[in-house]
Amino acid sequence: MSVFVDDDTRVVVQGITGGEGKFHAEQMIEYGTNVVGGAVPGKGGEEVAGVPVYDTVDEAVEAEDADASVIFVPPAFAADAIFEALDTSLDLVVAITEGVPTQDMAKVNKRLSEVDTRLLGPNCPGIITPGESKLGILPGNIFTDGNVGLVSRSGTLTYQVVDNLTNRGIGQTTAVGIGGDPIIGTSFIDALEAFEADEETDAVVMCGEIGGEDEEQAAKYIGEHMDTPVAGFIAGRTAPPGKRMGHAGAIVSGSGTGTAESKINALNDAGVPVGDTPEEVADHVEDFL
Amino acid sequence: MKLHEYQAKGIFADAGIPVPDSQLAESVEEVLDAVDEIGYPAAIKAQVHVGGRGKAGGIKIATDREEAERYAEEILGMDLKGYTVDRVLVESGVDFVDELYVGVTMDRGEGQPVLMVSTEGGVDIEEVAAESPDAIAREHVDPAFGLHPYQARKVVYEAGVDADVALDVASILSTLYDLYEDSDASEIEVNPVMITGDRDVIAADAVMNIDEDALFRQPELSEMAEESYEDDLERKAGEYGFDYVRLSGNVGIIGNGAGLVMTTLDLVDHYGGSPANFLDIGGGAKAERVTNALDMVFSDENVDAVVFNIFGGITRGDEVAKGINEALEQFDEIPKKVVVRLAGTNAEEGMEILNADLVEVEETLEDAVQRAVANAAEVEQ
Repeated sequence: MSVFVDDDTRVVVQGITGGEGKFHAEQMIEYGTNVVGGAVPGKGGEEVAGVPVYDTVDEAVEAEDADASVIFVPPAFAADAIFEALDTSLDLVVAITEGVPTQDMAKVNKRLSEVDTRLLGPNCPGIITPGESKLGILPGNIFTDGNVGLVSRSGTLTYQVVDNLTNRGIGQTTAVGIGGDPIIGTSFIDALEAFEADEETDAVVMCGEIGGEDEEQAAKYIGEHMDTPVAGFIAGRTAPPGKRMGHAGAIVSGSGTGTAESKINALNDAGVPVGDTPEEVADHVEDFL
Repeated sequence: MKLHEYQAKGIFADAGIPVPDSQLAESVEEVLDAVDEIGYPAAIKAQVHVGGRGKAGGIKIATDREEAERYAEEILGMDLKGYTVDRVLVESGVDFVDELYVGVTMDRGEGQPVLMVSTEGGVDIEEVAAESPDAIAREHVDPAFGLHPYQARKVVYEAGVDADVALDVASILSTLYDLYEDSDASEIEVNPVMITGDRDVIAADAVMNIDEDALFRQPELSEMAEESYEDDLERKAGEYGFDYVRLSGNVGIIGNGAGLVMTTLDLVDHYGGSPANFLDIGGGAKAERVTNALDMVFSDENVDAVVFNIFGGITRGDEVAKGINEALEQFDEIPKKVVVRLAGTNAEEGMEILNADLVEVEETLEDAVQRAVANAAEVEQ
């Protein structure tokens, strides 16, 4: 078992003819993902990474019976690519692109409320169910099959924590990157809900960071609805207010909302231990198992 | 990206929002020329990106020429919360009887823009929000439709704005929303909107922040950004295309990915050190970016030691290692000790490439940070 993606997921790569799209399509195929096609306007009929390219996402989905897409298109065109994907029968859309204007995402967010499709990201590393399928840019070789679910706003922090886990022989059911932007599709709560329902997931790691109040809401959800134990990590304890720390969403407001302290307190109140270091997070997970 | 008050007011005026007469001045002489034209009372306002300028002494009201000269001398060149004031806005004083707050911002939680109006203007709105949240009326806007004019009226009436000026305030709010949308703002705020004895409505202050991710389609605003950098290192980071934030500590930090770099800062603090900066070289960084990143931290005089932490996904350890070698080989003597930790894609190849005469190498993040903290402590002694 796993969440959101598995062996059967059939993937279209939007932007497969671009440098990054092609490289990561090949990497995904090498990992074992069923990449069944690409979608790039004006490139229909070509073949890239051994799969057929279509002019529209809809054509690709219909022809290849796809149920997920991964988006590698530049920020200026990313919202349009997401809208196009949401207008098909896809179940899952993963937007890797970093730097999508926030007001574009507000419009996407509105559309998401009207459709059943799940969006991951944007500005996320993607999702991986080790040994089965990877959608995105995560380095497959650091993950191992196991029973810990992972959800994170940050790519490289995910890799770091997975490394700490894997070094102790602790594998993962699925690792979900939800993205570092202020407005994203799938939230912590959505991912936690899926892990709670997944029988194979025995523990969950949640990596949050400063900015917004998603972690506080997730803490409340964990306290009220989860039996699966959760360990937390919050990045940005030393971040000064009013400064954007790399991610567009990682900012402590002048009024003091979105601080690491507030998130850590909320998680602790919900019974979630929060590690001071990634190594301590792995300690907590080991205690759970 | 933050605009200066004078920049935002220029945009407001072009959009038809009433603002006081004003002139930008960079010297005492220019201030005096400006007040001669504008008259008294005149506000002299420091143009730096600092909240609470008034309380910190960065805004003064001159009632005659002598005061104008004295305040100009005081404010120009002063240090305001770490920023040197090199420009002031000289502005006609407004004789007001009432102050309001109006703003448009993105409500992250709702994923929608929100209009905000309060009759408790002229004070720190975040304090108002914390102490009496009901004193701020809010109205969410569906971004797919844009603002319906009634929504601006509704929120203004709901806030309890005096009936005789309510429609004028609503009109300003509508214009602010248009600006918010057209200029890809993340936040627009007027605090205060002043109501004069004659019942005129004037935007007396202006805060306008632009979504940096949208600058590609806002060429005019991008040019204004050039003038907005306050710190030479931040300017340099902008040129190199790095996400960079300068802090006050002495351990320089370079890494890839926002979450991991933040974590590295936190660990420096956790192990008793003090981070000097946040520097994210981004994904897929090649040798040249690595060289530029080292140049950044080396040119920060506060930095005593450096930790370079890479967990490669799309970033390759061998590329990073080459960049580190190239950058450090240029020096006869390495200016500051550099601890390197490489993990992930091609990390082993990278470790082999690294010139051990130039850098210290550690296997884990925790060890690398502790060593850099110790190196910095040694320099301090």
